[in-house]
Parts: sequence; C-alpha cells; structure tokens
Amino acid sequence: MEPLIVSIYVFTLAVFIGFELITKVPPLLHTPLMSGSNAISGITVVGALLAANANNWHLSTILGVLAIAFAMINVIGGFMVTDRMLGMFKKDKKTEKGA
Amino acid sequence: MIYLEQFSYLLASALFIIGLKYLGSAKTARKGNQYAMFAMAVAIVITLVVSGVAGPIQIIVGMVAGGLVGGIVAKRIEMTEMPQMVALFNGFGGVASTLVAFSEYLEPTTTPVTLDVNITLILSLFIGTVTLTGSLIAFAKLQGLMPGRPIVLPMHQVLNFLLMVAVIVFGVMYVLTPDVPMWPVLIILAAAIFGVTFVIPIGGADMPVVIALLNSYSGLAASATGFVLSNNVLIIAGALVGASGLILTQLMCDAMNRSLFNVLFGAVGTDDSTGESGAAETRTVTRYTAEDAGMIMDTVQSVIIVPGYGLAVAQAQHVLNEMGEILMARGIDVKYAIHPVAGRMPGHMNVLLAEANVPYDLLYEMDDINDEFQNTDVALIIGANDVVNPAARTKKDSPLYGMPILNVDYARTVMFVKRSMGAGFAGEANPLFFDDKTMMVFGDAKAVVTGLVKALKESDE
Repeated sequence: MEPLIVSIYVFTLAVFIGFELITKVPPLLHTPLMSGSNAISGITVVGALLAANANNWHLSTILGVLAIAFAMINVIGGFMVTDRMLGMFKKDKKTEKGA
Repeated sequence: MIYLEQFSYLLASALFIIGLKYLGSAKTARKGNQYAMFAMAVAIVITLVVSGVAGPIQIIVGMVAGGLVGGIVAKRIEMTEMPQMVALFNGFGGVASTLVAFSEYLEPTTTPVTLDVNITLILSLFIGTVTLTGSLIAFAKLQGLMPGRPIVLPMHQVLNFLLMVAVIVFGVMYVLTPDVPMWPVLIILAAAIFGVTFVIPIGGADMPVVIALLNSYSGLAASATGFVLSNNVLIIAGALVGASGLILTQLMCDAMNRSLFNVLFGAVGTDDSTGESGAAETRTVTRYTAEDAGMIMDTVQSVIIVPGYGLAVAQAQHVLNEMGEILMARGIDVKYAIHPVAGRMPGHMNVLLAEANVPYDLLYEMDDINDEFQNTDVALIIGANDVVNPAARTKKDSPLYGMPILNVDYARTVMFVKRSMGAGFAGEANPLFFDDKTMMVFGDAKAVVTGLVKALKESDE
C-alpha cells in the first residue's frame, strides 16, 4: 500500500479511538486531560530529533534543535503539571457525612 | 533494527491509548498520566538509540533546555494561571511542528520528495503556524496583556477568506515549484496572520472554547508532521489529542448554548470580567450582610455551593473550603455544583477547588445535582450569575435562552455573593435577585466568605 494511504488509515482509526476514550472523561478531569494531552502533542519531539540529527549547522539542523526545545517544554511541562494537578484531587476523608 | 524501532513506536502508541483511558477516571488518572509519560519516554529513547540520533551535542542541549523550562513552569505555575499555560503550550506544540516541517523541506529525510509528502508538508506548516500565533493571542488575552474584548477589523471575514485563498494559492505554487523557498515561507506568513485574525475577534469569556480548539490543532499539527515523516506514533498521538480537543470544544459550546461558528465568528462579549456590566435596574433588592447569612446557616440541613469565576478572581477558594468544613462539622450536607463553563478552561473550577483541599467527591456535575436543589435548604452562589439565571429557561429573546443552567431557584433559600447588581456576561438581568427567597450579599467573595466563616465560628462557640 502507498505510505500515504497507510497514514490515513492509522490517523482515521486513532481519531475514532480518541473520540471513544475522551467522551467518557468526566468534567472533573477536563483540565488535567488538556494539560496531559498537551504533553502528548509534544510527540513532535520524535520528528524534531530526526530533523536535528546532523553533524553540521545547516539551517535545517538549527530549526530541528529549536523544535526539540519547544516540544520538550510541552512534554516535561505538560506531564509534570498534570501530575501536580492530579495529586491535588483527594477524596473526602470522612466517608460518612451527615445527610 | 527497523522492526525494533517500529515495534517500540507501536508500544508507545498503545501506551498513549491506555494512558488516556486511565485519565478518564479520578481514581486512575494519575496512573494514566504516568503511562503516557512512559510512552513518551519509550518513543524518545528509541529514536535516540535506534536512529543513532544520540550523537550530536545540539540534541542534548535542545532537550535539556526545553526540559528545564518546562519543568520550572510546571512547578511554579499557579492553578489560576492554568488556562494561560495550556494556551502557551498549545502554541509551542504548533511551532515545533512548523519547525520540523520546514527543516524537512530544507533537507528531506527521504528522496525523491513525492507529491503527497509536499501536500502534508503544507498542512503541517499551516496548522502548526496557525496554532502558534492563535495560541499566543489567546495567551495574551488570558494573561491580560491585551484586552479580552473582541477586536474586529474592517472586513474581518473577507480578510480571513483572502488569507485562506492565499494559503491555497501559495500551496499550489509550492507543489508546482517545490524548489522555490519563497512559497513555504509565504505559507507560514499567511498562516501566522490568519492565526491572529482568527482569535482576536473572540471575546475573553469564550476563551475556554478557543483553548480547547487550539489544543485540538496542536494535536493535528503533530499528526500532520507524522504524515510528512511517515511516522505512525506521531500520527496516532496527534490524532488522539486532536480528537480530545475537539470533544472538549463541543462540550464547551454546548454548555454555553452556542454553536462553534457563533463563538468563532460572532464577536460576542465585551471584556474578560466576571460580567459586572451594570445594566440599569429600577427594582430594588434587600441587602444582607455576611452575619445575616451566617445566621441562616444555623437552621439549615443542606447547602449546595455554586462557585463561579468571581470566586477564583477573589482567591476565595481556601476560605470557602474552611466554611464548607465548618458546615460539615455541624452535620450539614454540603455539596458543590460545578457548571461546565465555571472557570476559564474546561474543568478549571474543579482544579481550583481541589487545590483548596475540597474533596473531589463533593464536586458534582450539573446533570448529577440539578435534581437535588429542590430538596436543598440553601443554594449559595459565589461569583456566578449567567449559569444560574432562570431566564435561560423561559425568556425566549434572551441570549441565554436554552443554555443549560443550575436549578438554584428550586432551593428553599438562594444566597448570592456578588460584587454588584450587574447583569452577567450575557447582559441578561437575573430575575432571581428579586425573588422573596433570595438573599443578596454584596461584596468581594473572599471578604464575604471570611465574614461568613467568622459568623459561623462565633455561633459555634
């Protein structure tokens, strides 16, 4: 199969999985979901690594390095802040409350 | 080696999916985030090792620099500033995609460059750049660096249309003559302007929708880059984020009873305030003090608290939690009702209350709590207005009409803590203010709730 066709298959199926998964996320978790997915979109770092992989300082290499930095801000910042936020969600200590 | 690489990317993709699944429940969310983290680590390490990327020093420098900045921001950011941070990070995701795509244009990893690679490259440049400049504007609006009100240029929609036409023309020229670097540069320029003109007409109060949408774009940008590089983990991870952002966008629009089209092109709203626009009002209301409110609390059995963004603006979350604990210590049933658009991004209010140590099982979604108001003694509304305005149910000519609201008017007593009589963001007067069972307590949310806590403590002694 043509690589493009394969890519379109993969993309379409992934979008469906995404819709299935995310519709079930309760509003309580929407902000962590957004910051977490922010981190996931930092996956571009993989492409950036390939682009920066050269033993020269051509413009393409420099752009690749910049892309690595931006994507890594997303990856590290996104995952860390999501973890920090989720650490704040606590259940009620008193399991029995007056009604 | 190619199998090791591909199977590792497959593993990473699967882990991203599992991670997102776990993110869907409060119990497992933290684990889900860790799965996604692990997935990212697998993808990065395998790229470094198998592709032999680990060599050049600039790679390490780029990773460490970005990682440090991200880490520091994540540690220091205030929870009230989360919308800005997410907006800015969306932009970073976008610019990374643009940079990778342009780098790929300059020195393609696979030759000859086929037509489909060129087309996806255009998409990648375009989506990435729109995400960048659009996010920067959203950030500036949320951070208060520029006014939150909609900015509409003369012939704004015509301009947007022309920019789109320009992108298509430049794209065609690029495909016909890929060797001329002017075309991809022009695509980037047009996309950059489009990102700005796309977000400036959107009012500050509609920013939750915009952040969610740009979140989606940042994912699509990563996906487009995956198409360019024929890399499935980029395509899958990007598609997941794209879908997620799109769903949140739709949920936000539903919660405001607006279409996405209306949010994007309606230029609705004035400024990013909590909506104290002060419509002329001739009827009078009875003013109460925090002490009066405290006395009412002596006789009640159940309270539902409805927090709005005014609460966060006043930084009153912590003292509100203190009040909740005092009431619960008295055996009063305390619940929090969270409207989907409370706060400045999807789910924001939940995070703000969680930070103030409000247990998350006391936070209720609109649909889960709306039937309980009729059996509740006091609905205490703090810094919210439109989301509890009964005009949304009845007044057909109101901009609020049809918007899902919290049924606070069914409670036996309704208490508003508000800075002034002003109408909400939508400019619709709230008839509930004048109801006999309504108590209006005017003042800053923090001052009033602190007063309430004081009154409650005195009465407990």
